[in-house]
Amino acid sequence: ETQLLIGLHLIHEVTSPQAFGMLRDLGLEVMMPERTFATVDHIIPTDDRKRPFQDNLAEGMVKALKDACQEFGITFFDVESGKQGIVHIIGPELGLTQPGITVACGDSHTSTHGAFGAIAMGIGTTQVRDVLATQCLALARLKVRRVEVNGKLGPGVYAKDIILHVIRKLGVFGGTGYAYEYAGTAIEALTMEERMTLCNMSIEGGARVGYVNPDETTFAYMKGRPYAPQGEAWDKALTYWRSIASDADAMYDDVVRFDAEEIAPTVTWGINPGQAISVKERVPTAEDAPNESERSLVQEALDYMKLPGGKPIEGTPIQVAFIGSCTNGRLSDFREVARLLKGKKVAPSVRALAVPGSMDVARAAEAEGLDQVFRDAGFEWREPGCSMCLAMNPDKLVGAELCASSSNRNFKGRQGSATGRTILMSPVMVAAAAVRGVIADARDVFAL
Amino acid sequence: MALAKIERVTGRAVHVPGEDIDTDRIIPARYLKCVTFDGLGEHLFKDVRFGQDGSKSDHPLNDPKYAGATILVAGRNFGCGSSREHAPQSIAKYGFKAMIAESFAEIFFGNSTALGLPCVSLKRAELDELAARVTRDPQTVVTVDLAAGVVRVGDERTLPFEMKPGAQEALQHGSWDPIGQLLEGKEQIRKVAASLPYIEPR
Ligand code: SF4
Repeated sequence: ETQLLIGLHLIHEVTSPQAFGMLRDLGLEVMMPERTFATVDHIIPTDDRKRPFQDNLAEGMVKALKDACQEFGITFFDVESGKQGIVHIIGPELGLTQPGITVACGDSHTSTHGAFGAIAMGIGTTQVRDVLATQCLALARLKVRRVEVNGKLGPGVYAKDIILHVIRKLGVFGGTGYAYEYAGTAIEALTMEERMTLCNMSIEGGARVGYVNPDETTFAYMKGRPYAPQGEAWDKALTYWRSIASDADAMYDDVVRFDAEEIAPTVTWGINPGQAISVKERVPTAEDAPNESERSLVQEALDYMKLPGGKPIEGTPIQVAFIGSCTNGRLSDFREVARLLKGKKVAPSVRALAVPGSMDVARAAEAEGLDQVFRDAGFEWREPGCSMCLAMNPDKLVGAELCASSSNRNFKGRQGSATGRTILMSPVMVAAAAVRGVIADARDVFAL
Repeated sequence: MALAKIERVTGRAVHVPGEDIDTDRIIPARYLKCVTFDGLGEHLFKDVRFGQDGSKSDHPLNDPKYAGATILVAGRNFGCGSSREHAPQSIAKYGFKAMIAESFAEIFFGNSTALGLPCVSLKRAELDELAARVTRDPQTVVTVDLAAGVVRVGDERTLPFEMKPGAQEALQHGSWDPIGQLLEGKEQIRKVAASLPYIEPR
C-alpha cells in the first residue's frame, strides 16, 4: 500500500461524527483543517428548515458536525452560509474541486469530482479519521480502464443514459479494482455538469474512481469560482492542469469502446443500477438469464419490482417523480427539464418533487424563473439536499410506490420505504414519466 | 497502538444467499441517524429479516440453528453501493469475526479490513460447496486461516482463498489499522504537501 496525500477532504453529517469521536478518543488534532470542508445534505429537510429540526436525531447530527467544525477549525457550509448543498455539488461549484488534486469524502459518490481530472474516491469513517489526523490515506494502486464513447448522442439522450448504458454492459462489479477514465469524442463534447453525472455513477459500476481529462471545458468552468486560483496563480495552475492530462499514447490496463449512437434513453427495471434497458425494450424474464444464479437474481428483482418479465417497461404506472441528487441536481438539469416542461402538467396520479442540489443551484434557477415552470407544471420546488435519493429526511416513498428518479441507486428500500420501488433515468425522462403518469419515452412526450 | 494479530478466525458459519447485496440492505439508511456506531448490530439486515409489522422472515439470521455463528458466508460483490462504514460495523457488532464470499465491493472490503474483519474470497464452486455444507450442518467448524491462506471446513476440506496481499499481511501482523503508521510520517507529509503546486505555503 502507498500513502496518498489528500488535497481536498469533504465531510457531511452522516459519516463524519464518529470520525471526530475517534480523534477525540485518540487525543489527535486535525492536521490540515484548511483542507477539509463540511456541509449538511443527507438528513436536512427540504421544506421547513428552521432549527431545531423536528427530527431530534437529525438535529443532533447537524449539531455534532457544527460543534466538531468549531472545535477543529473546519469551514462549515451550513444553511446560514448560503452555500449549503449536496457535498458533490458544492465542491465543484465553489471551485474547491480542481484538476490534478486528490479528493476524499466519506461518501461513495465522491467519484463525481473526477470529472475535473481529479483523483477522487469514497472512503469509510475510519479513513475519514485518517485524513483528518494525517491528511493521508493508506491505499493500494488502482488499475485503469479507459472507457471510450465515440460519436454523437441522439436527441433525448444524456450523460445519465451513457453511464446507465456503461454499467449495464460492464456490470455492477465489472469496475472493481479499476479507476474508470472516460474518453472519446462523445465525452469530450460533454459539459462539466454532464461529466459530473457520468463520473458520479462510476461506483455503481464497481469503480471507486471516475475520471475525465481536464481540458478547455474544465478550465472555462473553473474560472472565477470562489476557491479557484486567481491572477498569476491562475496562469500557473493552467500550466499545471494542462500537464496532467493522460498522453495520447498512454497505456491502460484495459480499454472498452462504446458507440454513442447506440445509446438510447435508458431506465432500470431491477434492484441494482446494472439491471437496465432502453426505454423501448422489454423487461427481461428469468428464463432469458444465462445461468441459475443469474436467473434467481432476475427473479428476485422482478418480484421486488412487481414487474412482469417479458413486457415493455413503457407504460408502467408511477406514483412519484423525483428530480434531484448529486447525479442530476445541477442547474443544467433543471434548465433542460424546464425547457421541455413548459406548458405541460404532471399527471394527477403523480407526486412530483424537484430538489435542487445546492443553495447556489436553487437561487440561480429561481433567478431564471425555472422554479415557476416546475410549480406551474405541478412539481413541488424544494430546498436543497439529498432528499428522496436516500430518504434520511422526511421525503420518502410510502409502501410500494414506484418512483421515476434521477438519482443513482435503485436498491431495495433505498427511497425510504422497505417495499418502495425505484426506476433510475435521466431528469428529462423523469419529467416525461411525470407528465404521462407512466414510464414514457421522452423523445415521444417532448417531440425530441 | 497495539492491535490484535489476526492469524485465524474459527467458528460456525451462516450463509446469507444472494448476489450484489448492497450496504443499504445490510444496514438501512434510517439507522445511520446516529453520531456513534453503538447498537448497530441489532439492525443488521433489518428490512430483509423483519416485515414492517415486526414479523420475522425466513432469513438465515432469524434461524436459531445458526445462532452464534461468527463467520458470514455471502455471494458475489458483497457490500456494494454506499461507503457507509455502518455496514461492516453492524456486521462486527452482531458478532461476526470474518466474511467469506465470491467477491467484495472495494470500499466495503477496505472498511472491513480497517476494523480487523477479514474478507476472503473463494472460487464460486468451492463457495457453493461451503454454503451448502454449513446450511446442511450448522455445527460445522470453519476456520479462516490467514497465515495459511485457506478456509478449512470441518476436518476434511481445505479451500485456498484469495485476498489482497496487503490486507492479509496487515491483519496477521496487527497493522490493519493504518493510523499508527500514517502518524509516524507526519514530517514527510508536510514536505510532500509543501511540494504540491496547489497547496500554498503557509
Ligand atoms: S444525493 Fe444521494 S447519492 Fe448523492 S450524496 Fe446525497 S444521498 Fe448520496
